[in-house]
Amino acid sequence: MSQLETLIKAVSNVDEEARQGFEFDFQPLSGDVDVVQVTIKDREELPLYITHSDSQLLCICYLWDESQVNVAKRADMLDAMLRLNMPMPLSSFGIVQNEERGDQYAVFGAMSLSATAEDVALELATLSDNALDAIDVMSPYLN
Amino acid sequence: MSILSKIFTAIKGGANEVGEGIVDANAIRIFEQEIREAKSNLGNAKQELTNIMAKKMSVDREIEQINKDIAQYESAAISALNKGEEALAVEVAEKLATLENDLTIKQQASLTFKNHVARVKDIMKKSERKIADHERELMMVKTTESVHKATRSISDNFGAGATKLVNAKESLERIKAKQQGFEDRMVAAEQLETESSSDSLDSKLRDAGITENNQAKDDILARLRDKANK
Repeated sequence: MSQLETLIKAVSNVDEEARQGFEFDFQPLSGDVDVVQVTIKDREELPLYITHSDSQLLCICYLWDESQVNVAKRADMLDAMLRLNMPMPLSSFGIVQNEERGDQYAVFGAMSLSATAEDVALELATLSDNALDAIDVMSPYLN
Repeated sequence: MSILSKIFTAIKGGANEVGEGIVDANAIRIFEQEIREAKSNLGNAKQELTNIMAKKMSVDREIEQINKDIAQYESAAISALNKGEEALAVEVAEKLATLENDLTIKQQASLTFKNHVARVKDIMKKSERKIADHERELMMVKTTESVHKATRSISDNFGAGATKLVNAKESLERIKAKQQGFEDRMVAAEQLETESSSDSLDSKLRDAGITENNQAKDDILARLRDKANK
């Protein structure tokens, strides 16, 4: 079992309080690197993804792609994202390039590889909340 | 050029075509090799430092001994002079000259070792910082790679049909609707709970013959009996 799968198993066993009451469903994806899709009950539209590099664990929630951005308001949106980056708990905004889908905006949190299952559960819960808030706040800039 | 600006250039240039890394894999291998070499050099430097410090300690001990010897011979020379043993005093003075000469050489050596230690420590500090810096840079490259690969895996897993992300605003609306539905259900459940508990209270009262309905029924029956009897 990979390091990520072991961690995910531990996260799925944390108590409800550590999960902030959310119900997580974990689905490993096939590919070059370990990626696990995390679906939260009643928030299936916004799945989270956990992956890792040699040094850190990354939890990512993809928000929207470039085609959804109102071109005339793009600069304002980027400005708003930078300003909200620091107040947003545990997560940051980012852009990920993808050859098929073009630029994708995301919120993500980076953690140490030695993070506990409870830490990861809190990270996922917070990330999901942040993603919903982010779309809500950024709606005026989106198509 | 810093690693971060290399990554930025690579990303902006769209260098990450399918199967191609953000920074070319060979460059990463070279970089990792550099870090390994720097660590190995650091290990050697630590070994060298230990040796120099040991040598310095040894010389310092010798200096201490020479100083003791000098003090001893000086007092011996004075005693000899006091006793008028001129020839003996000269012999002791010669010994003292040798010792003092030796002392100067050893002190010089100690100072050289001391400077050497400081220099090696300085080099070690610099190379430790360099290693930490390189490792941080490597982490940036590898994280960029991981995110890129993960994003690719994710889009691959959803097939060619899902070339675009679902509209974010629509997703939010759907989640909000579900949330609202959930809250509505909670409120409804609460109402139901209240109603059923009041229902059961009423039925308990009815069973005990206390409710107004029973009273009314009895009153009506009495009234009807009155009418019938008339």
